[in-house]
Amino acid sequence: MVAVASREIRDGDLVFVGMRLPILAYAVARNAHAPNARGLFEVGLMRDQPASEFLGTMGDPPNVTGALWATRMSNVMALMAQGRVDLGFIGGAEVDRFGNLNTSYIGEPSRPKVKLPGSGGGADIAILSRRWVTLMSHERRRLVERVSFITSPGYGDGTPGWRKRNGLLGGGPVAIITTLGVLRFSEGGGEAHLASVHPGHTVADVRANTGWDLKVADDVSETSAPTDAELAASRRFDPEGFWTGPSARSGGTSP
Amino acid sequence: MVGGKVVTMAQAIQRFVPDGASVAMGTALEPLIPFAAGHELIRQRRRDLALVGPISDALFDQLIGAGCVRRVTAAWVGNVSEGLGHCYRRACEQGIPAPLEVHDHSNFSVSLALWAAAWQVPSLPTSSLLGSDILRTNPNLVAADGLVHVQAVRPDIAIVHVQRADEHGRAHAWGPLGITEEAGLAADGVIVSCEDLVDSSVTLSDPNRILFPETKVVAVVHEPGGAHPSPVQGHFKRDHAFYRDYAEQSRSVAGFEAWLSRWVFDVPDRASYMKEIDGEAIRITHHQFSAPADFGDT
Repeated sequence: MVAVASREIRDGDLVFVGMRLPILAYAVARNAHAPNARGLFEVGLMRDQPASEFLGTMGDPPNVTGALWATRMSNVMALMAQGRVDLGFIGGAEVDRFGNLNTSYIGEPSRPKVKLPGSGGGADIAILSRRWVTLMSHERRRLVERVSFITSPGYGDGTPGWRKRNGLLGGGPVAIITTLGVLRFSEGGGEAHLASVHPGHTVADVRANTGWDLKVADDVSETSAPTDAELAASRRFDPEGFWTGPSARSGGTSP
Repeated sequence: MVGGKVVTMAQAIQRFVPDGASVAMGTALEPLIPFAAGHELIRQRRRDLALVGPISDALFDQLIGAGCVRRVTAAWVGNVSEGLGHCYRRACEQGIPAPLEVHDHSNFSVSLALWAAAWQVPSLPTSSLLGSDILRTNPNLVAADGLVHVQAVRPDIAIVHVQRADEHGRAHAWGPLGITEEAGLAADGVIVSCEDLVDSSVTLSDPNRILFPETKVVAVVHEPGGAHPSPVQGHFKRDHAFYRDYAEQSRSVAGFEAWLSRWVFDVPDRASYMKEIDGEAIRITHHQFSAPADFGDT
């Protein structure tokens, strides 16, 4: 998942990194194919080099040492509002076929079945960054037909032009990267389709674990396995498997 | 040294944070969270607080579980490295220990709500939050004319932890600041807790680094370790294990009560608390000082 996510980062991108696996994905990209990417963190940081030590949060001291900019959050949000953030990463508990994310409420908000932590910066990234990606554990309860609450909007009700009609400045989601495969959106948004399946899984597996009748691309492929460089970088920045090990905290929702 | 604005944490909370107060905390996001102040609020059994903050890594969860809170205005409440906030869930889902009013925000909109209050305007517009259902559940976010108008949020008090401050309340913090400046400007008053209480010659040597006008600061508390388990650049790393332990224990009400006894009610103050943790494991020992700025004028 980390290696696949890292490939979404293009060289030269300004990336709104966030927390958890995307921190690793950023480090992998910088070391593999995007040596000129820069990372932004809503706590109020810009970096080029990934932090030299393990990070439990974006505000850990190793993420501050060597920063290109330590500032206030509203300054970082200003860059995003100006359309200067090329790519954002957002975590989520639930995503639907139109790429809308729910990190707020399962069930009725006034009496929720589950109260999730909330948006954090997720809604801001979803609305203002030029393109964004979400990472998710691939389960039927997480990939649902429609989320009951849109915290971070993707393509809304899926009708053409929904984002533009509603005044959303950024381009919207380009991929849902899961533990089983990669779902992508066509140019202009709409509905997600299966673009590739990770090694060891099948299209049937993916469809069976998706909460809607998932469309499959004509040219659906097998996801390229992580390269040696990608694996080495991932291990270097998460030596204890805090984010990537068997009991890793990858499924949750982060601010 | 206690005198003037310099008081103990117990005195600061007693004097400046009454029941029902709105309190901004955790304004630097993951670092510099004023846990010692939060624990003192719990010890003094404050009730009906309205908390304001961006993400409040675990601190808001603790205050909610302890029954101190009536309303939360925040972008995110949980445990950043571990995930869900179990006390927050119990309060929202089951009304345990008390029902909780939630004003959902994004990180950007919390900042704008505080800037609006700081600038004494009723609201500030943004193009963020368009298309989000947060607009449905928070009455203080109003969509009109293709923008979202974020209504001002004015805390009674902002509580911050910083690396150093002087007796007048001139606070120096470094590293990312999150929404600290707007929270201090918006609030009626600011309580500053600090790792080092320093002479004014230190703070005034670098006035650019002073966070707030000293006229806003009502109390200064010398509270080494006052942000544990959150990190303090140059002083303490984040205590990941402590957050993990809290997440595990707070899964049940009984576990949370035991945690609260162990770390809040059974320790009279932060100095006693700091004797109970493994401070050496998290203390930063490799210092990297910035180059001094030349403020020469003649």
